[in-house]
Amino acid sequence: MTNSNKTQQREPLFHITKRTDIPLWKSLLIRVGAIVLGLLIIAIICSIMFGINPFAVFATIIEGNFGTERRFWILLQDTALLLVVGLALIPAFKMKFWNLGGNGQVLVGALATVAVMKFLGGELPDGIVWVIMLLASVIAGAIWAVIPAIFKAFFNTNESLFTLMMNYIAEALVLYFVYIWKTGASDTIEPMPMGNLPTIGNPFLLTIIVAAIITVFLAIYLKFSKHGYEISVVGESQNTAKYIGINVKKVVIRTLVLSGAMCGLVGLLLAGAIDHTMSATTAQNMGFTGIMVAWLAKFNPIIMVLSALGIQFLTKGMGRVQKKFGITSDAVSNIMIGLIYFFVIACEFFISYKIHINLKSKNKAKNSDGGNK
Amino acid sequence: MGDYIVHIVTAIGVGIVFLYGCLGEILTEKSGHLNLGIPGIMCMGAAGGCYGVSVYMGTLSNNAEPSWFLLLFISIILAALFACIGGLIYAFLTVSLRCNQNVTGLAITTFGSGFAEYVMSMVKSNEGTEFAIAKLKFKASLPFAGNLGWFGQIFLSHGFLVYFAIVLAILMWFTLKKTRIGLNLCAVGENPATADAAGINVTAYKYVAILVGSAIVGVGGLFYVMDSNNGSWENASTLLAYGWLAIALVIFAVWKPNFAILGSILFGIFYIAPNAIKGIDLATMKIFKIFPYLITVIVLIFTSVFDSKNAQPPAGLGLTYFREDR
Repeated sequence: MTNSNKTQQREPLFHITKRTDIPLWKSLLIRVGAIVLGLLIIAIICSIMFGINPFAVFATIIEGNFGTERRFWILLQDTALLLVVGLALIPAFKMKFWNLGGNGQVLVGALATVAVMKFLGGELPDGIVWVIMLLASVIAGAIWAVIPAIFKAFFNTNESLFTLMMNYIAEALVLYFVYIWKTGASDTIEPMPMGNLPTIGNPFLLTIIVAAIITVFLAIYLKFSKHGYEISVVGESQNTAKYIGINVKKVVIRTLVLSGAMCGLVGLLLAGAIDHTMSATTAQNMGFTGIMVAWLAKFNPIIMVLSALGIQFLTKGMGRVQKKFGITSDAVSNIMIGLIYFFVIACEFFISYKIHINLKSKNKAKNSDGGNK
Repeated sequence: MGDYIVHIVTAIGVGIVFLYGCLGEILTEKSGHLNLGIPGIMCMGAAGGCYGVSVYMGTLSNNAEPSWFLLLFISIILAALFACIGGLIYAFLTVSLRCNQNVTGLAITTFGSGFAEYVMSMVKSNEGTEFAIAKLKFKASLPFAGNLGWFGQIFLSHGFLVYFAIVLAILMWFTLKKTRIGLNLCAVGENPATADAAGINVTAYKYVAILVGSAIVGVGGLFYVMDSNNGSWENASTLLAYGWLAIALVIFAVWKPNFAILGSILFGIFYIAPNAIKGIDLATMKIFKIFPYLITVIVLIFTSVFDSKNAQPPAGLGLTYFREDR
């Protein structure tokens, strides 16, 4: 008797098991709970760090997004851009190919666009220039993604570091060409007069429409096409894929061409329709933010609309908070978004695992019960 | 000749930043965790160290000479502590909560760069004078180094943190290779289930490896600001680039701390090469900035094409371990 008592005392306070399946509403509840908790922490930290009323923070976040019609359109436009980058990354992620090179792929897309605008804008009819711009940016993005993919496919080269380095190579190239082609003061290219993409309705709508089309296309591509099926098989197990006759190398390369092409398209939109120029920060770090967008939505293109909107909403809102409360450092939004990420990442644990707390009294009553909560 | 020596000294200064980052990441990866948060953690360490410098310098009365030992001690401890905040978040999320390592790492990098910018914006007002005095202490070398010609300049003219990094690398190489603790750690990284069955506390090893690794990376951030960048903090994104290269260096060094010493200095040379080559115009210099990244890519390709048994990452790298998994 004393012996069994001793073993009971040594039992840990809690243990965890894997959940086999979890109802959708429960997993959604956990995710929403995590976001709400994260927002609460943000409000508390804001009020401690800057002595601001937390409600004022929330009000400013909303004002930063919906305060004027222009702000609202910019929110939609930037959401659309981020969404396309996130979408571009998911076919690769589904294959467990860690494409961290979104930034570089967007940048070379922008670089190709600016090159075409500079040398052909005004020389040829606008329609033809647009087509060449589209082709150039898409091909440039695809090349930037396919180089790591080829080495991954044939030599199993570490793709996350390869794509990461490609970012910096793209950045250095852009800096070089900005320096050669500079027209403005202090090493910048002034907005291009010729060859800009047409505006539909207002300056923001073109981007939003393109993003909507790509979202629908990718959702269908991944869910209903043979390619999409092959991608998910390769992601689950390369050996299975080989066994059922899928050419893994071909799938990896083909998917990364698609991934890079979509990032290149974002570069086209940024340089050709929004900024009309380029700089080393044209990509706005969307390659990394896009990863979070894709991850938060569990690689589901439709849910990604929400996660992209959420992240842009927070970014814009925190930007407004900084301005309004005179916080000079522009770092606050990174801190806050990082915190939100932590909560959302952590909540995955509670979705895939279950915690059992071992209450001593229950254990005494019956050990085989396992102390279920 | 004189020019080359100056460049080599600069290259060593840059390379040691890589070395700190690389050592921290090797330790983390040995426990089976690919920490992509290293760049962010480096920023946090830099911020912590600078905060320490600023606090210590603030306690001195005007024109008082700061004590070398206290200044370095306080700032190194704070750099390590601040970096450990990032490491702890990473360890908790990936070890205890078994979250995806890549995504967690990227989140830490976002958080860390913001955190550092924020802390530095508070410290920055003192940067001009205080950092200028403090940096001299960090760069203080042996008094007779100047008398020994080129030998003294290359090997003896550096500040304490340079030698600290090299000692750390040798110590780490010895620990990983020869001691029980090191071998246990390697076992955890190779196959946590086997290590667990052998009675090794997997969770404890992972936590300690990640935290110590983060602390080392954090000291690297401090070194960057105070020594290699001459007492000035530009912005987080400059330091982030160092962090990413440090992660790439881990592969170059094939997970061996002793190789990392040479590798880091080589990377330092590539990194400063665009500024060191004479007789090129500004445009060419800009294109030469591709150098270190291109070399990294080539190294990545080489190590993968000619992959040998000795040049492999820990088998359990990037995988989460759950005891009840089958």
